Amino acid sequence: MTRPFLSVENLVVHFPTPDGIVRATDGLSYTLEPGKTLGIVGESGSGKSVSSSAILGLHRNTNAQVSGKIWLDGVDLLALSDKEMQQRRGKDVAMIFQDPLSALHPYYTVGDQVGEAYRIHNDVTKKQARARAIEMLDRVGIPDPHRRVDAYPHQFSGGMRQRAMIAMALINDPELLIADEPTTALDVTVQAQILDLLQDLQKEFNTALIMITHDLGVIAEIADEVLVMYAGRAVEYGSTKQLLTEPAMPYTLGLIQSVPDLSSDVNEPLKPIPGNPPSLLNPPPGCPFEPRCAYKHHVPDGLPQRELPELREIAPGHFRRCHLTETDLSKLTPMPVGVDE
Amino acid sequence: MIAFIIRRVLVGIVMVVVMIFVVFSLFFASGNPAINQCGKYCSAEKIEELTRLLGYDKPIPAQFGDFVRGLVVGRDYPVNDAYREQLIANGFENRIIHCEAPCLGYSQSDQKTVNQLLGKAAGPTISLAVVSFVIWIFFGVLIGVLAAVFKGKWLDKVVVGSTLVVYALPVFVIGTFFLQYVAIKWELYPYPRFEPLQGPEDILPWITGIFLPALTLALFFMAAYVRYTRAFVLESMSEDYIRTARAKGLPERRVLFKHGLRSALTPLVTLAGLDFASLLAGAIITESVFNYQGMGALAVKANNNHDLPVLIGLVIVGATAVIVMNIIVDILYAYIDPRVRFAK
Repeated sequence: MTRPFLSVENLVVHFPTPDGIVRATDGLSYTLEPGKTLGIVGESGSGKSVSSSAILGLHRNTNAQVSGKIWLDGVDLLALSDKEMQQRRGKDVAMIFQDPLSALHPYYTVGDQVGEAYRIHNDVTKKQARARAIEMLDRVGIPDPHRRVDAYPHQFSGGMRQRAMIAMALINDPELLIADEPTTALDVTVQAQILDLLQDLQKEFNTALIMITHDLGVIAEIADEVLVMYAGRAVEYGSTKQLLTEPAMPYTLGLIQSVPDLSSDVNEPLKPIPGNPPSLLNPPPGCPFEPRCAYKHHVPDGLPQRELPELREIAPGHFRRCHLTETDLSKLTPMPVGVDE
Repeated sequence: MIAFIIRRVLVGIVMVVVMIFVVFSLFFASGNPAINQCGKYCSAEKIEELTRLLGYDKPIPAQFGDFVRGLVVGRDYPVNDAYREQLIANGFENRIIHCEAPCLGYSQSDQKTVNQLLGKAAGPTISLAVVSFVIWIFFGVLIGVLAAVFKGKWLDKVVVGSTLVVYALPVFVIGTFFLQYVAIKWELYPYPRFEPLQGPEDILPWITGIFLPALTLALFFMAAYVRYTRAFVLESMSEDYIRTARAKGLPERRVLFKHGLRSALTPLVTLAGLDFASLLAGAIITESVFNYQGMGALAVKANNNHDLPVLIGLVIVGATAVIVMNIIVDILYAYIDPRVRFAK
């Protein structure tokens, strides 16, 4: 059996702190094929960014403890030396970040920074790198790239900066692109443009894309498969259609229900999930979502507190981590949860 | 960029003018300078005569006018017109001293113009400032970067600990140690004596003579700059754009030197410029320990002798140095940080 193009197997990222170990990512597994998009959804601190940064090896030389396997095109990235990983970073795997203003160096021109990514992985002159940077800036839709290549990040608008970041990430034609909430810091209209651009470029370069977001609208638009993360673990994993139409995990359902529906009554209050995500520092045993779960009364008393549910396949390609026996949540009645904290 | 420089220089000139006015007013607000000049046992007639001779009998605005005129076109001493004419009439023309512009005044107790005194003191002071500046910036930044790179390792701990000790040691302790033990008792180093730098052949004796005092002064600043640099580098290395640089696949060395250090440089330039400027007004303790006749020693002497013109001259020169260094820092800032350069 051939291994999938990207296969993350039992990825663990722990941060030892004086107060104990922060289990930012605890046993995460997923796969991805070229040209496909995986959406990773979850609240802040659910381990989305941490687990994805591990693919680039950005936890190297920090005190993070990373274990598991990350197979990319048949190579285990975690087994590579620092030097080998550095040579793949930005070439085979690239990443774009949430806030393009702070992610770009304020003292260097956009062209310099975009071209640098090309120059470091290819034996080219400064002039060739600059020409390539102009070509990429043009490709990501920055008007007048010959002139704009010499501008500084602060002279760009937010959308333009994110386009420049995308140009930087794609300049070496990477096989895998990780986008860490690339539209969060942008205006809504610009968000749509950036998503369109990412989709176009993905089609053109046949790149595998990991889209980290907490915006289900983005997921619905761009993702083929979705991984829902909660407290450092996958709680539901399946095709976008499965997850958005038949969510089998109360947390996913809560996320979907918390999105305002434009067709409904404007005076209808939003439905947030009550409570807060648990601390990742010394988490208690049991289901991490239990305190906020509206369906826990359908599970034998004490089980959710005692035991962490397994990630089980409930339909072909559809996994969930839940104690409920019923997979169709619409057949169950939710109970209001009082979260006292 | 040019417009920026011109604007900064013009503002600087205005600041110098205001500063001169303030300094002048402050020193004359402290009473009749002739009384202090005259000494303890001075008759009323003597004070009155001295007041007239030194020109302190004129209204203060007129004195300020004369002072500014001296700065712009120079002036003759003694300042009292009648007394000067009397000297000429009696054939003592050679007793009239012309002070070239920019004339900062005349020291009655030294019988020299302030410019002459400052000119003589400037050599040791500038030499001391420049050599110690080079030492402390080079080693301070270097060790600071190393400490930041090895944060939490033993090297960092040793550096952080020893900077604390060095910073806490008074300059006169380090200086006296170098002078009494290293130079005199153990004879590890020739006795430090200031040799003026007049030509390329003077470089070796100049640097030999200046090294110990410069090192004394530099150690104190170095300790501070190690800590500054360490903090600034650690701060800039935790920025998002450093993560971007790593994600691009840059080797760690390039991440540090191209992306990390550049932004740590900006606050360092500000601090270094101002610290250097303050040294140009003289390093009083270091100069005293090594018996260097620099601006600091001159200031102490002028203060003890109530030599008002010298004090005014010293303060004006020191304050001008600060203003000039500020302008240079601003221009460097614009050079380093494009956001400053393009700000309207």
